[in-house]
Amino acid sequence: MKKVGGKAFLLLFFVSVLLVACSDKGANEAGEQAAKANENEEKMGGTIRVAMSTEVDNLDPYQSAATDTMSIMDNVYDGLLDTNETGELIPAIAESYDISENGLVYTFKLKENVTFHDGTPLTAEDVKYSYEKLAGLSGEEPISSQYEVIEKIETPSDFEVVITLKEKNSAFLAATIRPILPVDYDNHSEKPIGAGPFKFAEYKVGQELRLVKNEDYYNEKKIPNLDEVLFKIMPDSESAILAMQSGEIDVIPGISSQGKEQLGDTIETISAPQNMVQLMALNNQVEPLNDIHVRKAINLAIDKDMIIDIVAEGDGVKLGSNFSPSMQLYYQEGLEDMYQTNINEAKKLLAEAGYPDGFDLELTVPSDYPFHVDTAQVITEQLAQVGIQVEIKLMEFSTWLEKVYNEAQYESTIIGFTGKLDPYEILRRYVSDYDNNFVQYENKAYDKLIHDALLATDEAEMANIYKQAQTMLAEEAASVFIMDPYRTVAMKKGLQGWKMYPIQKFNLEDLYYTQ
Amino acid sequence: MIKKHRLPLYIGLTFVSIAFIMMLISLFYTPYDPNAIDPTNRLASPSLTHLFGTDNFGRDIFSRVMEGAKTAFLIGTVAASIGLFLGFLLGASAGYFGGWIDELTMRFIDAMLAFPGILLAIMLIAVFEPGMKNTVIALGIMSIPAFARIIRSSFIQYKSYDFVKASIAKGGGAIHIMIKHILPNAVSPILVAASLSFSGSILAESGLSYLGLGVQPPDPSWGRMLKEAQPYITSAPWYVIIVGMVITILVLGFNLLSDGLRDVHDKKA
Repeated sequence: MKKVGGKAFLLLFFVSVLLVACSDKGANEAGEQAAKANENEEKMGGTIRVAMSTEVDNLDPYQSAATDTMSIMDNVYDGLLDTNETGELIPAIAESYDISENGLVYTFKLKENVTFHDGTPLTAEDVKYSYEKLAGLSGEEPISSQYEVIEKIETPSDFEVVITLKEKNSAFLAATIRPILPVDYDNHSEKPIGAGPFKFAEYKVGQELRLVKNEDYYNEKKIPNLDEVLFKIMPDSESAILAMQSGEIDVIPGISSQGKEQLGDTIETISAPQNMVQLMALNNQVEPLNDIHVRKAINLAIDKDMIIDIVAEGDGVKLGSNFSPSMQLYYQEGLEDMYQTNINEAKKLLAEAGYPDGFDLELTVPSDYPFHVDTAQVITEQLAQVGIQVEIKLMEFSTWLEKVYNEAQYESTIIGFTGKLDPYEILRRYVSDYDNNFVQYENKAYDKLIHDALLATDEAEMANIYKQAQTMLAEEAASVFIMDPYRTVAMKKGLQGWKMYPIQKFNLEDLYYTQ
Repeated sequence: MIKKHRLPLYIGLTFVSIAFIMMLISLFYTPYDPNAIDPTNRLASPSLTHLFGTDNFGRDIFSRVMEGAKTAFLIGTVAASIGLFLGFLLGASAGYFGGWIDELTMRFIDAMLAFPGILLAIMLIAVFEPGMKNTVIALGIMSIPAFARIIRSSFIQYKSYDFVKASIAKGGGAIHIMIKHILPNAVSPILVAASLSFSGSILAESGLSYLGLGVQPPDPSWGRMLKEAQPYITSAPWYVIIVGMVITILVLGFNLLSDGLRDVHDKKA
């Protein structure tokens, strides 16, 4: 009612304006039309302020471990390749690449017009320097385990890099999205210099980080519209929402469904699966979870749709294995319905396993994530129906990392695995000798599959193997794979161009104002 | 006619009784299972079927408030008892013996007071792990200084009285004098301190649970409920208002009660 009243008032207002300014009618109409045409047009320039919920850990891209920091600095640094919205690799600094027959030699041709922000041209030497650092070939500890497969790096010409691997590794290509740093420059923690679409301007510890447009960006089509981007650190999501309401910030890259509701239609939102796997991890080595019947019973007792409805307000995709549909090419469909909720069947399985009356289960949840805590409360109720008495134990995230992630001292837990660009990195978590296989899933056949995937050269074959691996995890009920919750980005009205990727990526260069 | 200076006492008693009766009833009966989730009935506004409405899981808020009263009273009682017991030991010996014992104890109490209570509790919970038991212990320790100081000052006051001197002359032992002669006279100030500590503990528990450090979900605690209500402050304002009011009523009740007790005591004196 109120809205209608408001509209009526507006109408009245316009009518009176028209009546008064009758002589200007023609001019007015023309003006209105012009405004309409302008609505979807990209405007150059402007500043945006982005709310960040976490502190910047290190500006040096090789030292940083925080996803948010990496996503910010991804705008300052470019890699040889980059990813598009569907997770395919596209050229960035490299113009093209070629892989030898035997899958061991990768030859990258670099673009010749790339310069770093300090004006020096980017050449093969810089790539060699960066990759040797990552791979630990310059005598120091390797920075990234993905690079340890590199045997040697050669630079036959200024714009050609030849990388030889120790063994075949189909996962290597996806690793080349890591930033290229200028040779022998070591002060990235204070003054980062990269070749990306934005230049680092200033960082006030704990407060804000400012990036400015790089006019000389090598990819002319991607020279940013925006002049400046300001990241403001706001750890409290509620205050970020209030700041959005009062117009103090323009973008919140991750907003809860409640926050979205609170802001209503005063903002634009974009939601999409984020390649995350939220799961209730079951420690496969602990009694009674080491029994497949028990794990299946738990899967049958948990109603994932209800969790998605209650906890995510419906904004999530149901999963059946440790894989999100946002990586289309490798995703095995149909697994999400392998365990249709069935209380009787679950009870039967529990009885077969020797627990006709259920058992007590400890569920460890990182207290910093209300999303997981809420999920835990729903699961507690659902498992009570089959007699499993869940005791929720909240734990601070750093303790959780130590106790659960590193030491596997737990019975069950709820966590979200953030997306990786390469299916190998996602599915490797269940390989028995993987350091952080805290689910403690052990299966020789699975180990072999994942190893075979590395040796595969053709994409279809690789996809096929990864699909088999997903099916295996689902059939063995390795854990309860719940959902991929949507990431929702909130933006001020009139700001457009944000895209969603299978990894957390802020494509600031594509943003533009329409008004 | 109610005597005017007794008014806070009666109001306090009423508030506390309401909460206490609610807690007693919850031992036998709640309208709904306080943890039962009902996805079809989420964030329902207050009505005859759900007196206080439902929360984001579709759980009945009234039942959870009743259940939460149990937590609040349990934590208040146990924490106040721990504080009273240890505070009495420290305060009584400091006040009665004086000298270096007094000096040592009071400097220890000063050191405890140097930390804001809630910070001390957070530290204790971080070292051990969150949960009802550790919360209660932390809150009990937190309330030691208040008890110790009040008990000490009563003991200093009474130990110079003639009836104490008489008992000493008759050869009465220190513990006998402390418990038989001085303690009965110090009951009023201790009661005042206890009811203040009770409300302080309930408030602190709400604060800790709000931070996710106190009572673990899904068990209802008023502080936890407040935290869970926060994201819905615009879409379901009654949730946060009701829980906030319940906490206020009980805490205010205990504060008025302690004010009233003190007034009654002062008038008598």
